[in-house]
Amino acid sequence: MAEYWRWKEYNWHDENKDWRSGQLITAGVDVGSVSSQAVVMVDGELYSFSNMRTGSSSPESANAAMSWALENTGMTLDNIGFVIGTGYGRVNVPFSHKAITEIACHARGANFMYGPTVRTVLDMGGQDCKVIRCDDRGKVTAFAMNDKCAAGTGRGMEVFADLLAVPIEDVGALSLDVEVEPPPVSSTCVVFAKSEATGLLREGWPKSKVLAAYCSAMAHRIVTLLVQVGIEKDFAITGGIAKNIGVVKRLCNEIGIESLKTDYDTQIAGALGAALFGQNLLKKKLTQAEV
Amino acid sequence: MKAHYGYKDGAGDFFIIIDTDNCIDCAEHPCVPACPESVLEIIEDDYEDIVASVARDQRKKVKYSCAPCKPDINRPPLPCQTACPFDAIEHSW
Repeated sequence: MAEYWRWKEYNWHDENKDWRSGQLITAGVDVGSVSSQAVVMVDGELYSFSNMRTGSSSPESANAAMSWALENTGMTLDNIGFVIGTGYGRVNVPFSHKAITEIACHARGANFMYGPTVRTVLDMGGQDCKVIRCDDRGKVTAFAMNDKCAAGTGRGMEVFADLLAVPIEDVGALSLDVEVEPPPVSSTCVVFAKSEATGLLREGWPKSKVLAAYCSAMAHRIVTLLVQVGIEKDFAITGGIAKNIGVVKRLCNEIGIESLKTDYDTQIAGALGAALFGQNLLKKKLTQAEV
Repeated sequence: MKAHYGYKDGAGDFFIIIDTDNCIDCAEHPCVPACPESVLEIIEDDYEDIVASVARDQRKKVKYSCAPCKPDINRPPLPCQTACPFDAIEHSW
């Protein structure tokens, strides 16, 4: 049976960089509720990362993500000076030196990925949604998180991909293939939204229109959280849903602000921010050792 | 930092907002013992500041935990806000 919700897992490392000449090697491991990422940074530059689905055990997921990020690099955990755990499973990263919340890490990661002009970060994750305001150094100045319901999260989108038999990567583009924007489905509960969508399919709505109704509902739900904290330019989006053009476009239309673009993978923002925190802490540790 | 702890659901917005820039100046944190439902706790945040926070196990039920202090009529001042000497605590509902 096809699993339409299943997004592609992958790893990457910079083949042009020799990590052995690096002075500061740090890593961040983000064990989220749906996906886990590991990022390795060498002297403040991204060196390698992995992005995979979180399993039933946080320690095993952290180990798997880290091993995959180090695959074919010749680097081992012993070569990494400081590791920070973040995400829901942050306290269960067996090899981490410290745990930091994903809120602080996403702000820091977005600051690196999008630049110091970012003031509002929206992290649309697998099982929650966070709005973070930050300063020019990526330090959090305000935040709100909603993890009470799967509506408005990546998991909700996976449920819809399966329901409509549309590969998750195609959901956003297909949702824009409508002439007139339909009214949104229920945005308060993914179970209700799914029931409503099933009814609409029976009424003869095409898949694109049903997806448009869901993406619209999701965007509207997120906007209410953005309003709670306040939106200030520049605006950036992290997390898996940042790759869904259907949600991003509707969201930006509703708030009247365009989101920044990046060449980095938006799903690694938390782990990247964690590795950056690690870099500061490693510098501090090395300075203290010299004294 | 304005930390919004709580949630948004079909019934409304339920956030306790703690301004940690104000909270950081408080040595005693009298808000914590003032809360009859033990909603608040002291934590070290990501920037190594000692501040008040909504306890992790309370974050998804603040509407219910705070309900005894919020009667529909003749609502008295909230004990947490009254206790806070730095005006650092807000409720969204």
